[in-house]
Amino acid sequence: MAVAAIAPPVGLATPAPVHRRGLIRSLPLKAKVGGAILAFYILMAIIGPTIAPDNPSTQTATVLGATAPSLHHLLGTTSFGEDVLSQLLVGMGSTVLLGLLVGAIATVVGTLVGTTAGYLGGAADEGLSLLANVFLVLPALPLLIIVLAESGSRSGLVAEAIVLSALGWAWGARVIRAQTLTLRSRDFVAAARESGERTWRIILFEILPNEVSLIAASFVGTVLYAILTSVVLAFIGVVSLTTWSLGTMLYWAQSQEAVTLGDWWWWIPPGAAAATLGMALVLLNFGLDELGNPRLRDTRGRKRRGRQQRPSDPTPVVREAGA
Amino acid sequence: MRFIVRRLGFYVVAAWVAVTVNFFIPRALPGNAVQAMMAKFQDLPPQAYHALELQFGTGHQGSLFHQYFGYLGNLLSGNLGTSVIASPASVVSVLRATVPWTLALVGTATIISFVLGTMLGIVAAWRRGGWLDRSLPAFTFIQATPYFFLALLLIELFSLNWHIFPFANGFALGDVPGWNWPFIGSALYHSILPALTIVITSMAGWMLQMRNVMITTIGEDYVLAAQAKGLKPRRIMFTYAARNAILPNIAGFSLAIGFVVAGALIMEFVFSYPGVGLTLYNAVVSDDYALIQGIFLVISMAVLLACLLADIVYVIADPRARTRAAF
Repeated sequence: MAVAAIAPPVGLATPAPVHRRGLIRSLPLKAKVGGAILAFYILMAIIGPTIAPDNPSTQTATVLGATAPSLHHLLGTTSFGEDVLSQLLVGMGSTVLLGLLVGAIATVVGTLVGTTAGYLGGAADEGLSLLANVFLVLPALPLLIIVLAESGSRSGLVAEAIVLSALGWAWGARVIRAQTLTLRSRDFVAAARESGERTWRIILFEILPNEVSLIAASFVGTVLYAILTSVVLAFIGVVSLTTWSLGTMLYWAQSQEAVTLGDWWWWIPPGAAAATLGMALVLLNFGLDELGNPRLRDTRGRKRRGRQQRPSDPTPVVREAGA
Repeated sequence: MRFIVRRLGFYVVAAWVAVTVNFFIPRALPGNAVQAMMAKFQDLPPQAYHALELQFGTGHQGSLFHQYFGYLGNLLSGNLGTSVIASPASVVSVLRATVPWTLALVGTATIISFVLGTMLGIVAAWRRGGWLDRSLPAFTFIQATPYFFLALLLIELFSLNWHIFPFANGFALGDVPGWNWPFIGSALYHSILPALTIVITSMAGWMLQMRNVMITTIGEDYVLAAQAKGLKPRRIMFTYAARNAILPNIAGFSLAIGFVVAGALIMEFVFSYPGVGLTLYNAVVSDDYALIQGIFLVISMAVLLACLLADIVYVIADPRARTRAAF
C-alpha cells in the first residue's frame, strides 16, 4: 500500500498490539463469516468423498422410493434409493472445484486484459474495452445453454470451466481497467517509466501489487458467478449428468417431481448448500469492499472500537506495520 | 450528445457481434442440425435435405463469406427459417407467440424490482443501523440464492402447502388465449409467482448497490451543507443524496439486465411458463437450430435495446455525461 508512514505525535504511546493482531482479526466481520462458511464448504469438498456413508449412486435403501430422513439416512434417500447426504458430500467437490477453476482462469484473463488496456491506453484500450463491454452485454446464460447443450456429448468439467470462463472474464477486466487508469498517472509509475523499466515489468511489479484487493474481489465475484451458473446449467440438464454436483442433484430431484411429491429432503439440502455457499462469497466480497471503502463499515462496530481508542486523537494517523 | 453517439456506435458493434455469433452457432457446434431434422421427419423428400443444408450451412454451398452475406440478407428480410419442434410454423411466428409472454412478465418484474430495490436501498442507507439496514444479511442470502431454488421454495409454500397460486403454465388449461377478461385474469393470476421470483431475487442487487453508494454520498460535504441549511430531511434524502447515488445504479443496469434475463429463462423452465426461455430449452433439447438462432437473436437484441434505454436515462440523469464520455 502506498501510504505515508506518519510518526505518532510525541507523548502519545503507540497502542502496540493493534497492528500486530494479524490479517484475519483485522478483517471486517462480514469477511470473517463469509470466509468461515467458505472454509467449511471447501473442507467438505476435500474430505466429503471419504466420509460419505454410502456410494452416492447405488441403491442403499431397502424400500424403493424416496424415504424421509432417518437415523440410517440422515438426509433421507432419493426415489432411486440413493443416500442424499452422500450425494451432497460427494457433489460439493465438483461444484467448488468448478467455481475455483473458473475463478482462476477468468481472473487471470480479466486482470491481464484490464491492466494492459488501462496502462497502454489509446487504441489498445479502445479495442480491449470494446471487447470486454461486448462480452458484458451479450446475454451469457442463453449462449451457455446453447453451447454446452449442443457441443456433442454432454461436456465434462474442464470444458464447462473453459466455456464459463470465456463468458465470465469481462466484468473483472472492466473493474481492473478503471483502477489501472487511476494508477498509471501516479508518481511511482511515472518514475518507473522514466527510469526505463519495460512495460510488462511496470504492469506486473508496479501496478498489479496495488490492485490485489480488487483482483481478490473480482476472483470472489467470478467464483460466485461460476457456482450459481453451473448449478443452474446442471439443473436444467445441459451439462454432464454422470458426475455428482449440487446442480445434478437438483436436476434429478426436479426430473423425479421431488417438489410436487413433497420430498423436501431431496432438493432443499443441495439448494440451501448452493445458496449459503453463494452467500458466503457475497459476504466475503462485501468484506473486501469495506476494506477498500471505510465508509461502508458497520457503524456499530465502529462505535465499539471507538470507545477503546483515546477520545481525542487529534488527527487520523496512518501507521505502517514497522513504524 | 457525444456520449449517446459513442454508445450508439458501441451498440451497433455489439449487435453485429451478436448476429455473427448467431451465424456461427449451428456451424461451430458438432451437432448436425440437418440430420437432427431429417431424423425427426423421416418422410422428408431429398429436396428438403438440400434446402435445410442451405439454411444451416452444413452442405457445401459457397464460401463461408458467401453464406454469411446470405444469412445477413435473410435477417434483413425477416426470414429466420422454419422451426423443427413447431413445424411447419416459421421461427418468426413461434417468436411472435412467445415473446409477448416473456416481455410482459420480465419487463414488469424488472421495473418493479428496480424501483422497489432502489427505494429500499435509499431508506436502508438513510436510516443507518435501522431494522432494514440490519436485515441486509437476509437480502445477501436472497441475492446469492439460485433463482430456481427460490422458485421451487415459492412453489412448495404457495402452491403445494397453501394452495394460493398455481405452480405451472401461463394460464389455466382449457383457456383459449385472447384479449378477453377471463383469459387476462387467468394469465395475471398465473404470472404472480414467476414475477414474485424475479422481483425478490433481482431486487436485492439493486438495493445493496443503492445502499452502498448512498452511504458514500451521505458522507459528502454537500449533504452536510444541505443539513446545515436546515432543509427538510426528506428533501436532502431524495434530491441531494439519492439523486446522485442513483447514477451507478442506472449505469449498472446494463450489467444487471443479463442477470435478470438469465433468471427469467430459468424461471420459465421451472414454472413451464410459455415464454422465450421455455421455448429455448425445448429447442435446445431437440436440436432445433433455426429456433435456437431466432431466440438468441431476439434475446440479445432485447438486452441491447434495454441497455441503450438505460444509457439514455443516464444521460438525462447525469449532466456530466452530456459533456464528456463517462465510460
